[in-house]
Amino acid sequence: MTSYEAHFKVWRGDAEGGDLRDYQVEVNDGEVVLDIVHRLQATQAPDLAVRWNCKAGKCGSCSAEVNGRPRLMCMTRMSVFTRDETVTVTPMRTFPVVRDLVTDVSLNYTKAREVPSFVPPEGVAPGEYRMAQVDVERSQEFRKCIECFLCQNTCHVVRDHDENKPAFSGPRFLMRIAELDMHPLDAAADHGLTRATSAQDDHGLGYCNITKCCTEVCPEQIKITDNALIPLKERAADRKYDPLVWLGSRIRRRGQ
Amino acid sequence: MTNVERHAYDVVVVGAGGAGLRAAIEARERGMRTAVICKSLFGKAHTVMAEGGIAASMGNVNPHDNWQVHFRDTMRGGKFLNYWRMAELHAKEAPDRVWELETWGALFDRTPDGKISQRNFGGHEYPRLAHVGDRTGLELIRTLQQKVVSLQQEDFAETGDYESRLKVLQECTVTRILKSGQEVAGVFGYVRESGRLFVIDAPAVVLATGGIGKSFKVTSNSWEYTGDGHALALLAGAPLINMEFIQFHPTGMVWPPSVKGILVTESVRGDGGVLRNSDGKRFMFDYIPDVFKEKYAQTEEEADGWYTDPEHHRRPPELLPRDEVARAINSEVKAGRGTPHGGVFLDVSTRLTPEEIKRRLPSMHHQFKELADVDITAEPMEVGPTCHYMMGGVDVAPDTAEARGVPGLYAAGEVAGGMHGSNRLGGNSLSDLLVFGRRAGLSAARYAAALDPAARPVADQAEIDAAAREALRPFNGPEQAASQDTPEGAAGGAQAPAENPYTVHQELQQVMNDLVGIIRRGPEMEQALERLASLRERAGRAVVEGHRQFNPGWHLAIDLRNMLLVSECVAKAALERTESRGGHTRDDYPEMDRTWRKVGLLCTLTGPGAQAGAGAGADADSAADARVSVERRPMDPIRADLLDLFERDELLKYLTDEELG
Repeated sequence: MTSYEAHFKVWRGDAEGGDLRDYQVEVNDGEVVLDIVHRLQATQAPDLAVRWNCKAGKCGSCSAEVNGRPRLMCMTRMSVFTRDETVTVTPMRTFPVVRDLVTDVSLNYTKAREVPSFVPPEGVAPGEYRMAQVDVERSQEFRKCIECFLCQNTCHVVRDHDENKPAFSGPRFLMRIAELDMHPLDAAADHGLTRATSAQDDHGLGYCNITKCCTEVCPEQIKITDNALIPLKERAADRKYDPLVWLGSRIRRRGQ
Repeated sequence: MTNVERHAYDVVVVGAGGAGLRAAIEARERGMRTAVICKSLFGKAHTVMAEGGIAASMGNVNPHDNWQVHFRDTMRGGKFLNYWRMAELHAKEAPDRVWELETWGALFDRTPDGKISQRNFGGHEYPRLAHVGDRTGLELIRTLQQKVVSLQQEDFAETGDYESRLKVLQECTVTRILKSGQEVAGVFGYVRESGRLFVIDAPAVVLATGGIGKSFKVTSNSWEYTGDGHALALLAGAPLINMEFIQFHPTGMVWPPSVKGILVTESVRGDGGVLRNSDGKRFMFDYIPDVFKEKYAQTEEEADGWYTDPEHHRRPPELLPRDEVARAINSEVKAGRGTPHGGVFLDVSTRLTPEEIKRRLPSMHHQFKELADVDITAEPMEVGPTCHYMMGGVDVAPDTAEARGVPGLYAAGEVAGGMHGSNRLGGNSLSDLLVFGRRAGLSAARYAAALDPAARPVADQAEIDAAAREALRPFNGPEQAASQDTPEGAAGGAQAPAENPYTVHQELQQVMNDLVGIIRRGPEMEQALERLASLRERAGRAVVEGHRQFNPGWHLAIDLRNMLLVSECVAKAALERTESRGGHTRDDYPEMDRTWRKVGLLCTLTGPGAQAGAGAGADADSAADARVSVERRPMDPIRADLLDLFERDELLKYLTDEELG
């Protein structure tokens, strides 16, 4: 077991403003950034605000930016830094600061509510659902999401553009739409809801220009862009440019 | 008079894990205006960490499975100390609760014919656990979360307000149940983000706060598991049962030190992982207890055959109930046959291909690679016991989940006691959350609906003021704190120093780990009780820096009250029970004693901090003075038709001759 003193800079402050504070703090073998933040709380800064829960990469609470990179603090090993490297920890930039490393992520809960829920198929009783593994796997990949909101934080559509927030649901919730769209038994279409079209029209899918920043920061290694967003874009485009669909929508509109 | 926000609901659910959300969904569907209060963000509850699966005898993989077999396994796992009626309801209703999740959008792994796949687990006779890889808890919490959202969308369509009937108050902590006379009147708490205090008036409160693991140093539990619901119930006058039974999960990570205790799912063993000591010996064959001798393989050949041909082979002993495996690992390490970092080896790389491991155990693969530089597809893991689950909890009526003695109070999930007896089987927790979460929500809704709206209990203002003083006390200076709240401290000198809540917490964890841990001894537990008394006095002097806005030091200072109360219950009940059974192992009383099976140990609060009648909260300032007392209560005799599910020879191992007649 070896230990050393690391130099940390941690952003301290609240909605009114704040700054980076310097700390010298002990680091031991095998520790992660969250361990160091906890040591700061226990020894130097008892009121340092940070969210965390499982400390095992399963709950997605301890999202922050470490040396400018959006990461889970519990899954960022200290061994990825050299011993003389200053480690700078700041709150996620896209969301308003509450205090220190804690941000107001309520925007995500608002967006979650705007995605129409799973629609169970009519006439299929509980216990009678039958789905093939190969068919559920596509949506299962997206259901690995731990809602750390790092993708939402990274996406350049909203990262420095508050003005896009009302119209854009962000990668996490566009992926949720893709997940429901690919659910083998979702019956939304039977009730007149085309999820891919709605992603485009109601949730700002068009803002995404597939730079894959979301995929890069995903701690669950979900291929958000390739497997969720691009297929969703394709399906939205198919419907838009399909002459039969176009005709159908014209006729329906005329009838109203 | 204190400045507090005040809201009113029909049903308040404390906790937003599997049990809490299932209760809230039920209460809202029964037409009650319902609030859910949780310490973390919505969707982060500890349920998210459950890995292996949900036990339900759907019979999708082995058609011989049914509720009777599940009931038998559950009773055996709990060494027959279970509330048999809960075990019966659980086994009967679990399949419906799982199927219901599919109608809410859950996507479980499938069998070749498209049904929900089921996997093997310790103590379960047949493959029984519905699962999604090794992230089943995430699927459960997300499905329930999304069902809540779906109900909110319905309410929005009807009323224009998403939260008109079901509101989630996230990042809030409840510090007191408020009462009017004997009856529940609401809850008192604070908003973690702002530090604002609030009262919710509600005639029915469901506790679904989970467990107590944060009182132990090595644990798989998150910071939220500070025994809040256990303590809230005690302080409100509701007794706790079976508090001596704590499950140490056999396989937690042991290295590096910073991740010590993090869970390694039992699915690793269910899917073929074997345990070996430093001599390379598969040691579990030496630890099959007499009560399980007929059901487990005696040789490696037989055990290995079971994975492909379970009809003609007995199960490998790695799949014994968790208490047995945890004790075995502990013994191997103590005998000097442990790994370099003080665990044993768990190896799945010799049975499954790397591709299979990555598909069936993706989180484990990721967790070991990222946190320990170990590739589990090619090398063994090092594992050892970790404090995982509290079998004990609020003493509830099995059918209604109502806390005994406090009308309007309900409890479900880990915070409720009885269901699992002295030891819980893996997979029975997630099903417990759903079965009894629903029942608690249903009972709470019925109770609230039956009350005359004009005559609902109203909390006394003095009680609210006392709760506010208690919550804000850690901001007072040490002198003031000492003289106000801890007479013992004052006696030791009014200048008693301020305490750092983090330090008190670390010492508490060490005491419980060392003195009331996996193997217990009478004198050590007596020592633990002395240490706990001193820690309680010091916790009364805990002082925090800064202000009320998202201040973790303050939050911890408040949580310490609960951890100390619950720890005292554990130590006192463990000292009282002079036998070894399930999650309670006495070095000085190593045998299971059939006469003890008939006895439940009930913890209640006595002393100035817990005056019955007026409501505990009326004297919140002196909660530190309340003392836990333990009394013995006879267990209800098991119903005859349920006893008939077992062979008499097996029953004789657990029940006394008189009980069998």
